[in-house]
Amino acid sequence: MSRHLVVIGHGMVGHRLVQALRARDAGDAWRITVLAEEDRPAYDRVALSSYVDDWDAGRLQLDGAEFSDDPRVDLRLGAPVVEIDRAARAVRTVTGHVLGYDALVLATGSAPFVPPVPGRDLPGCFTYRTIEDLDAIRAAARGHTTGVVVGGGLLGLEATNVLRGLGLRGHVIELAPRLMPLQVDEGGGALLRRTIEGMGLEVHCGVSVTEVVRHEDGLLLRLSDDTTVHTGLLVFSAGIRPRDELFRVAGLTVAERGGVLVDETCRTSDPAVWAAGECASFEGRAYGLVAPGYAMAETVADRLLGGDATFSMPDMSTKLKLLGVDVASFGDAHGVTPGALEVVHNDPVSGVYKKLVVSDDAGTLLGGVLVGDASAYGSLRPLVGRALPADPGSLIAPAGGAPALGVDALPGDAQVCSCHAVTKNAIEEAVGAGCRDIPALKGCTKAGTGCGSCVPLLKQVLVSCGVEQSKALCEHFDHSRAELFEILRVTGIRTFSALLARHGRGRGCDICKPTVASILASLGSGHVLDGEQAALQDTNDHFLANLQRNGTYSVVPRIPGGEITPEKLLVIAEVARDFALYTKITGGQRIDLFGATVDQLPLIWRRLVDAGFESGHAYGKALRTVKSCVGEAWCRYGVQDSVGLAIELELRYRGLRAPHKIKAAVSGCARECAEARSKDIGVIATENGWNLYVGGNGGFTPRHADLLVSDVDKRSLLTLIDRFLMFYVRTADRLQRTSVWVESLEGGLDHLREVIVEDSLGICGELERAMAAHVDSYADEWRGVLEDPVKLARFTSFVNAPGAPDPTITFRTERGQRVPVPLGVPEVRT
Amino acid sequence: MTTSEAPRLTWLRICPEARLWPERGSAALLPDGGQVALFRTTDGAVHAVGNLDPCTGAAVLSRGILGDRAGRPVVISPMLKHTFDLSTGECVDDPLVAIPVYPARVVDGVIEVAVEEMSGR
Repeated sequence: MSRHLVVIGHGMVGHRLVQALRARDAGDAWRITVLAEEDRPAYDRVALSSYVDDWDAGRLQLDGAEFSDDPRVDLRLGAPVVEIDRAARAVRTVTGHVLGYDALVLATGSAPFVPPVPGRDLPGCFTYRTIEDLDAIRAAARGHTTGVVVGGGLLGLEATNVLRGLGLRGHVIELAPRLMPLQVDEGGGALLRRTIEGMGLEVHCGVSVTEVVRHEDGLLLRLSDDTTVHTGLLVFSAGIRPRDELFRVAGLTVAERGGVLVDETCRTSDPAVWAAGECASFEGRAYGLVAPGYAMAETVADRLLGGDATFSMPDMSTKLKLLGVDVASFGDAHGVTPGALEVVHNDPVSGVYKKLVVSDDAGTLLGGVLVGDASAYGSLRPLVGRALPADPGSLIAPAGGAPALGVDALPGDAQVCSCHAVTKNAIEEAVGAGCRDIPALKGCTKAGTGCGSCVPLLKQVLVSCGVEQSKALCEHFDHSRAELFEILRVTGIRTFSALLARHGRGRGCDICKPTVASILASLGSGHVLDGEQAALQDTNDHFLANLQRNGTYSVVPRIPGGEITPEKLLVIAEVARDFALYTKITGGQRIDLFGATVDQLPLIWRRLVDAGFESGHAYGKALRTVKSCVGEAWCRYGVQDSVGLAIELELRYRGLRAPHKIKAAVSGCARECAEARSKDIGVIATENGWNLYVGGNGGFTPRHADLLVSDVDKRSLLTLIDRFLMFYVRTADRLQRTSVWVESLEGGLDHLREVIVEDSLGICGELERAMAAHVDSYADEWRGVLEDPVKLARFTSFVNAPGAPDPTITFRTERGQRVPVPLGVPEVRT
Repeated sequence: MTTSEAPRLTWLRICPEARLWPERGSAALLPDGGQVALFRTTDGAVHAVGNLDPCTGAAVLSRGILGDRAGRPVVISPMLKHTFDLSTGECVDDPLVAIPVYPARVVDGVIEVAVEEMSGR
């Protein structure tokens, strides 16, 4: 008989608790009811500020947040608990439902702290905590030019960035004498202030709001220094308070500074009641970061299953990017340890401030602050409390002077991933147990799946464990695809045989031959069936059609953007009817015609090409389709011509051979009907231009594309896509989709943005020229065959009996169309 | 009546050698309705094997990519990438599976393939 667990609250921590419990509760010891206050399942509140990128709340939802496939979890939305009856072990929800429990977990989180300022409830005053808050702020921002945020801490600066994103000129008001008082010291705060003021924001430190009054169509704020600020709206983001009202009433012990008191097992003063996250107070302190909340959730889950996990004083280290500025603090950032020494590097010109706090003998690292350049965070944070591997001054010296701290400098029990508390030992064990790459390590240990800052260290662990990250393409080449691309590009070698003779061995295989064929095609080497190239193509590229299970092929003419005239539709219909081709509409807004034999292909193409069609490259590792919604021409909601742009993109990049297929889509408004964010390249219209997303994927491992740039005009958009695609074509591994490629880049999306937006490598001009060359040299591959008798001769079923039907190909009829008769698989055994 | 232990071979003339593409296969139809895949590799050698991919049942081996596995000449099926030794017919990935290998030669510029004479034909 399983026991009943009630969880109050479905935020990130409540969700983590349920996930952790379900993952380990193999015997189904617990049945779980989650009572959520909000009307939506748990979402990534840490990423709340990114909601303004696309106003897509669905993207923030946490994986598995609806528990739709888990019958043992009952998630009830919009069902806040109003009473806990500990004697009866029952809770009552706002709707009057009473639920008994065997164990209760409190995960109510916190509420924004709003200072008791007169006028704080006036229209135009907001808090910054939920998706609904942001929706309200967005609606209120219309027609205003100025916005004020009260609170210059982490959340306050995030809120400021949101106002900036809404086009408002922002003010930050912070009571403390510096910004981010909890995380950074005076020096770091001063540098942060200069950097933020340089962005046109106004910073008021050491002052508070004394009164808010209505003024014209906005608000007037009186500040404690007797100045005033006119503003359209006001956002309070000055800290949080644990949501513990319910627990006080229920008689649970609550800490002096708020939060229900828990011990190291995360149990409250009632043995049947546990708590995790911001509503809990451990040793008198509540924690507003997600990592300690997760650690508490894991502890509770373990304890509920009879384990002996304990929670200890968490590592409050943080690294984040606020308003584009890197900020990190770790360990004893404020130097409160007796005798602590501070080593500071302060460069206001380049906007970099770094401080290390070390023990009185300068031998042990105690903590530090990094502002403007936090790249050393990953290697410094795990060293807190340990002997310094070098002179502290040299560790924060400007780039070039600082010795690279490797993973070898770390002791085994040092945390490499602080988000998930994974030690170097645990990672080495996982490598020993067979994890051979980053994705395997992520899946096995969860390391690297939080903020991601430890991924470079994970790579180092793999290397130091002797896992050879072989980049050899196959047994014939020791080079990676990217290296072969460079060899071919630089040497001018344009045949496989010459490449093999000079840089490889043997005769080649089904891996290196198509890879080289693809590179040669990307480098602009004429028709894919010209000369020696023909022998390198796999069967799809060789017959310019898609091989199907019975040995026939399918034909996909290009229909740019999915727009087609009735006349052209009739041509496709007539061809399909005349050749008895099975006809299916694809997911990429075009039409696939199945069941053509090799000798029928040129006859089919002839009819299509004569009617103005061309190859759709459905067979190639190449640009496939650019899908679109109907856009502003027809749609009541459309704000841009999505079809026109999709057609332009498809015609621009058609025929581009790449490491894998490339899909794109254009949506004419934020409703995103073209599903652009599931594509390698997704473009979504805004009122001011276009947002460009990259690295999305459907398929086996779905991934939403990441926002690369916002509100750009069409010309900038094309330039950026040119650069993105060419950089991908040149540097990705064989069969690596853009989603995996972006994730595999050292530095990830930020690095990609530096390379193709900021041109950090100085290669953008060359990438653009390469794309221009491709666009200029494009020619339809089907027409290329039809116009060349030598190539046409390849399309023969039997060399000794041209035109004879293949006796293995037979069809039956299903739903009115021909489909293959399943092939028997003969037992051929020696 | 006597029966020979060794099967009797019949040489079939298929096509001019020049009709084969270097490093690429062609299919030929046999009198019994069977199919053979013919290959001419860069070193000039001519190989003939069954065209049927025994792992999928599709007659597609002639459309596979040629290459080598540790020096053994192979063809890789375009269907599910099973790899067959052109000299022995053995499937490199699964030694229990094999395809038939036919003797092949070039006579006066014409490709010939030998098939076993079948009774009743």
